[in-house]
Amino acid sequence: MSTTSEKLYRNRRIKNAIALSLSGAAALFGLFWLVWILWTTLRTGISAMKPGLFTQMTPPPGSDGGLANALFGSLVMSVVAILIGAPIGIAAGTYLAEFARKKPIGEAIRFVNDILLSAPSIVLGLFVYTLVVHTTGHFSGWAGSLALALIVLPVVVRTTDEMLQLVPGQMREAALSLGVPQWKVTLQVLYRSALPGIVTGILLALARISGETAPLLFTALNNQYWTADMSQPMASVPVVIFQYAMSPYDSWHALAWAGAFVVTVFVLLMSLLSRAILLRNKASHD
Amino acid sequence: MTDAQFATVSAIAPTAAGAHAAAKSAPKMAARGLDFFYNGFHALKNVNFEIAEKRVTALIGPSGCGKSTLLRVFNRIYSIYPKLEAKGEVLLDGENILDPGYSLNRLRSKVGMVFQKPVPFPMSIYDNIAYGIRHHEKLSKSEMDVRVEQALTQGALWNEVKDKLKQSALGLSGGQQQRLCIARAIALRPEVILLDEPTSALDPIATGKIEQLVAELKDHFTIAIVTHNMQQAARCSDFTAFMYLGELVEFGDTETLFTKPAKKQTEDYITGRFG
Amino acid sequence: MAASSSALSNATIDSPAQRRNTRDARADGLFRWIVASAGLFVLLALLGAALSMLWGGREAFSTFGFGFLTSTDWDAVNHKFGALVPIYGTLVTALIAMLIAVPVSFGIALFLTEVAPNWLRGPVAAAIELLAGIPSIIYGMWGLFVFVPVMGEYVTPWLNDHLGKIPGLGALFTGPPLGIGMLTAGIVLAIMVIPFISSVMREVFLTVPMRLKESAYALGSTTTEVVWDIVLPYTRSAVIGGVFLGLGSALGETMAVTFVLGNAHQLTASLLMPGNSIAATIANEFTEADSDIYRSSLIALGFLLFVVTFFVLAGAKWMLRRMARAEGEK
Repeated sequence: MSTTSEKLYRNRRIKNAIALSLSGAAALFGLFWLVWILWTTLRTGISAMKPGLFTQMTPPPGSDGGLANALFGSLVMSVVAILIGAPIGIAAGTYLAEFARKKPIGEAIRFVNDILLSAPSIVLGLFVYTLVVHTTGHFSGWAGSLALALIVLPVVVRTTDEMLQLVPGQMREAALSLGVPQWKVTLQVLYRSALPGIVTGILLALARISGETAPLLFTALNNQYWTADMSQPMASVPVVIFQYAMSPYDSWHALAWAGAFVVTVFVLLMSLLSRAILLRNKASHD
Repeated sequence: MTDAQFATVSAIAPTAAGAHAAAKSAPKMAARGLDFFYNGFHALKNVNFEIAEKRVTALIGPSGCGKSTLLRVFNRIYSIYPKLEAKGEVLLDGENILDPGYSLNRLRSKVGMVFQKPVPFPMSIYDNIAYGIRHHEKLSKSEMDVRVEQALTQGALWNEVKDKLKQSALGLSGGQQQRLCIARAIALRPEVILLDEPTSALDPIATGKIEQLVAELKDHFTIAIVTHNMQQAARCSDFTAFMYLGELVEFGDTETLFTKPAKKQTEDYITGRFG
Repeated sequence: MAASSSALSNATIDSPAQRRNTRDARADGLFRWIVASAGLFVLLALLGAALSMLWGGREAFSTFGFGFLTSTDWDAVNHKFGALVPIYGTLVTALIAMLIAVPVSFGIALFLTEVAPNWLRGPVAAAIELLAGIPSIIYGMWGLFVFVPVMGEYVTPWLNDHLGKIPGLGALFTGPPLGIGMLTAGIVLAIMVIPFISSVMREVFLTVPMRLKESAYALGSTTTEVVWDIVLPYTRSAVIGGVFLGLGSALGETMAVTFVLGNAHQLTASLLMPGNSIAATIANEFTEADSDIYRSSLIALGFLLFVVTFFVLAGAKWMLRRMARAEGEK
């Protein structure tokens, strides 16, 4: 009797030890790829960095150049995308949290928004292609911005909705009981209270679109030259990376890696920054 | 006090001397045959109730009895939520505030409210007070300074915060935050102040300060306070209403209600036999 | 005097207050209308995306009919297009990705909620979430320049020598040592979706009430038994939801796959051969499409991808929400 139960205990302990080691191995496995990918990007990227990267245009095959026009294009299109997507997103999030909290229409919008949040980005590119590029007849920076704005939108809707829902109901009641109308209360009190969260959402959206390639491929297309005209095709870092990495030229590969390095550093900085904002906000609320 | 301020104060308090005599005959606010429905649930049943001018009226009763609901009808704060409905009459100086034609702006500038949890707005102490005033009146910087100081003084907070008016109100202690909320309500110079369990989130010392403040404020304002603490009602109110299951069981002056309750239910509650 | 001033001020205050009231009510109405239209815009964005692709793909659907789904043709010169190769490639790469990612993600979530010492949990979780933030084009580049040579030089020959000889199953693992192909794409996809799935799993594991786990531990259960008997049954629907979420992003992922898949329109049993996926086909060929039917076929592919991911993601949301609702009921 006691020996059989001891055997049972030992078997269970062994099984447990194996399972736990496997879980540790899984974590190591995950980290292994992270380290490998980051290390490759940093090492190759840094060695491809050069001052001309930020001042010279994207070169034709075989000659020397930089990414100035692509960096500028990415910057402009991302900023315009945020300027389009964030206000609509904040407004829609406000509708969800303040007017449609438990209504079927609110649930429907939340559901659709979640789908939009994880929908393949290339599909959004096709959507904007048929909507804008096909109707206007040419590729443009505006079309690219619009495609990116469709990626910004659901991120901002969700964070705004969640953050406004965290504002205590008595804050609304206290402000409304002063006779202040709801729109003012929302703009001046509730947004201020939810601001760190909303800013975090916008930063996360910015991080996401700064590396997006697929939706730009056939909206903004690419442009070998500097342009600030958003009705023209516009270069962007991810699209240039794609074009150059798929090419047979070593100098283009080096530029692609430099671009990858810049984008990765930017994305990591954004996500660290948003994390810091959330943490600081949490600390001040405790 | 400047002349202008004096004029306003006297406008708010036209019959200060005769208040005592007038308390019964002309209540500041009154509910007449008030019914309240909460998603179809009958939360208040034919309530008749009065709030006497320049007095403190307390509402007590076990949780869920409808005392907070009743208070929230008096400045129609319930109307921000869907599916809530009040039927009957609630009079303020004889006018029915449930009448859709009654201006919400006017109602809320006359009837202020303070809630359970202190909720300072995420802005400076000064702006917390000035926020409501800015919506109702256009004041110069210096006039606003005077108003803010006045409100904070009346809210018994001025001495503690006068050196840090520009700092965030979120840095104040819980008791200070609640006095700030009271000062914020006072700043609009309302005639009635509704207090919804204002001390339930505070420690005993902070509670003591709020009760003292209530006693001081009743010289200038008409006050209704909901409390789950019977001692608090006994300590700081002139009249007390006992509610149970959405009905007003008994209403009278505080001393009588606590010493010689007329109804069995009231007696059971105040002696701790249920609730 | 006091009484008269009161009456006077009431009368004068009254009309501006009334006017302000109307103004406020109108502004509130306008505000509500603005935010509600923004909310509706979200609905319309998704609907518009679906309809515009259906519209854009109508020529392909009407020309090829149902055969579009079953044909392996992809002939730009003779204008014959079929979706079977990209559909097959999309499904196979996503399947490979899930076979790797699901167990690994489960292990990571288990490690981060039950096994790792407390000081290690935060940093490791943060690091894995960083992996989720890296743009997919970086994965693609890394895949092409670093991982493909490894696959071609070591993994493919090894698979040919060992698994390739097994009858039946061997067909999957025989092929030239190109490095690119469906297996490589599946592995890169797996690395991409592991952070998604593991962070969903970790979050839902953390929602299991401590008292449930404590009472099982009090009975002498081992950690594995607690996870298997308490945590998993408790979180089952959300775990499935997380897996679906990962599947949704694996199906629609473009850049990571485009680099390493090979852009070959051929149907082969071997996982070591180049293939194509819906997203990769669109990314590679859309700007080169020189005829309306070609472009329409690509948009039609996009529509198919959209429909499939919609249902997968809707399933994910439904499962996750079921768990959240059960949580809320307690």
